[in-house]
Amino acid sequence: MLQIADKKFSSRLFTGTGKFSSSSLMKEALLASESELVTVALKRVDVEDTQDDILRHLQHERINLLPNTSGVRTAKEAVFAAQLSREALETNWVKLEIHPDPKYLLPDPLETLNAAEELVKLGFVVMPYIHADPVLCKRLEEVGVQSVMPLGAPIGSNKGLKTQDFLEIIIDQSNVPVIVDAGIGAPSHAAFAMELGADAVLVNTAIAVSQHPVEMAKAFKMAVTAGRMAYEAKLAPVVHKKAEASSPLTSFLN
Amino acid sequence: MRNFKSVFDTYNWDKTLESIFVKTEHDVLRALGNSKHDLEDFKALISPAAKPYLEQMAQLSRQLTKKRFGNTIQMYSPMYLSNECQNICTYCGFSMTNKIPRRTLTDAEILKEVAYIKSKGYDHILLVTGEANKIVGVDYINNALQLIRSQFANITIEVQPLLQDEYELLIESGLYAVLVYQETYHRDEYKKHHPKGKKSNFDFRLDTPDRLGKAGIHKIGLGTLFGLEDWRADSFFTALHLKYLQKTYWKTKYSISFPRLRPHSGGLEPKVEMTDPDLVQLICAFRLLDEDVELSISTRESEIFRNNIVNLGITSISAESKTNPGGYAVAPESLEQFEISDERPTEEITEMLKAQGLDVVWKDWSNNWG
Ligand code: SF4
Repeated sequence: MLQIADKKFSSRLFTGTGKFSSSSLMKEALLASESELVTVALKRVDVEDTQDDILRHLQHERINLLPNTSGVRTAKEAVFAAQLSREALETNWVKLEIHPDPKYLLPDPLETLNAAEELVKLGFVVMPYIHADPVLCKRLEEVGVQSVMPLGAPIGSNKGLKTQDFLEIIIDQSNVPVIVDAGIGAPSHAAFAMELGADAVLVNTAIAVSQHPVEMAKAFKMAVTAGRMAYEAKLAPVVHKKAEASSPLTSFLN
Repeated sequence: MRNFKSVFDTYNWDKTLESIFVKTEHDVLRALGNSKHDLEDFKALISPAAKPYLEQMAQLSRQLTKKRFGNTIQMYSPMYLSNECQNICTYCGFSMTNKIPRRTLTDAEILKEVAYIKSKGYDHILLVTGEANKIVGVDYINNALQLIRSQFANITIEVQPLLQDEYELLIESGLYAVLVYQETYHRDEYKKHHPKGKKSNFDFRLDTPDRLGKAGIHKIGLGTLFGLEDWRADSFFTALHLKYLQKTYWKTKYSISFPRLRPHSGGLEPKVEMTDPDLVQLICAFRLLDEDVELSISTRESEIFRNNIVNLGITSISAESKTNPGGYAVAPESLEQFEISDERPTEEITEMLKAQGLDVVWKDWSNNWG
């Protein structure tokens, strides 16, 4: 079981709510994914209105909401947005996203670190979305975030784990769960991330814009389970080294 | 905050040992084939089942070392500042109960020793003392650091475990690295070998690398003294400690040393023998576990062993060491902590290294960086 802060998750597939053709299809797909943590963009919901179309479709005992700060450009805006969502949605969990760049939506590392520090002090469970930067991950861990969410490839690109080498370092070093976010475009990408030892993946576009989101959500569910299982069972090594007859390096021992 | 003790306490010595001994050839082959190695692979690589695969381990270890460190080897020189000690350690010539003449170097004597060491080309120095807080406490060590800091690029100490703020003070004075060996991770055996003195506090010693990490030290050296207990279990716990520290104090570098029990004036016979092939196996296993960790070998080892091990994973080496205070220039005849094995002069060692295609590195840090 994956644990983040005080919550345990039996599913390691986290999902997003953007880009679906309708809220009802979104709900159907999310339920099919069996995801227990679903991120929702604060900018898209009317937090004052409990009957907001998206929020209404997310009301389900299995679904925990993870509000994200997508749309903010500075630490100050992020802290403000998080406080707003805590009040309105009654959760102190926040996916911290700060991207000043509207084109590629690349996260700003400095603002993110500052905001994370502030939000932790304010009692939030902070899950920052960041570039796959191992040093930044350690710095965030030090300020007390509860997980890190490095990107696999540019957001929405569906390109898979372009940052694999850095993700491996992050997974190797991290003391908090590592959730690969952004870039995962196919169940095989998700399975691969899990095989590498990621604690969870977050998938949105790949499900939402597929021809059959509900089927795709199931496919991702299975891929994440398979990848995790493979990781725990330990993959077979790629090459077997056989004994060699001559011992140039160790013959001095005889 | 988490500390290593909370991790360590979840392990049981006997079960750990057993989990190493049950490793099979299959586990070893799997570990050899993996591109990255976890602690279970490490167990397989140090297990008896890996013995037939020593040559392959050596080949891989050499490759990885060359990939990360290139064809270089770092030189350092130990310098004993004092043989005063208020501990009883069954394996050490400086142990309080040994009736030997005690000596602590004065400033003038330190400078005289330093002049000799510098004349041999060394720029990295390791300062060693026993544990006698009144005579060689933090103030003494701090004074020594300030006295010599301008002459060395890199200063390491191997002294009694200190408190976090004491380490912070020494880092201010130019300290680069601290070596602190657990001696053995076997609690009960540890107690037997350290019946009296501050060193008998197992937990305080175990917690030392955590204090160093919190103090922000550049480098921490770990290790155990082989011969006190089963080397496989002790090495596993060293690896566990290393992995924990790397994750927690990620700005710090790490090194591992491999001291085997040597004759001294107390005369403790090793309880568990560690053979040359065992030591080669262990060094290679550490390299496979971690490409970046520095691996160090001292003059405790024999000529032939050292000539060969420098190509199998070792990255730093000492030469011509004296293990007595003033041993280089002040009082060459005073009593040593232990007998060294490779007595060749520095020049001969560097020639040997160069003949093997290694670049001898004297300076790999600048003390001016703080
Ligand atoms: S090992 Fe260190 S603490 Fe123990 S007796 Fe020797 S000098 Fe003293």
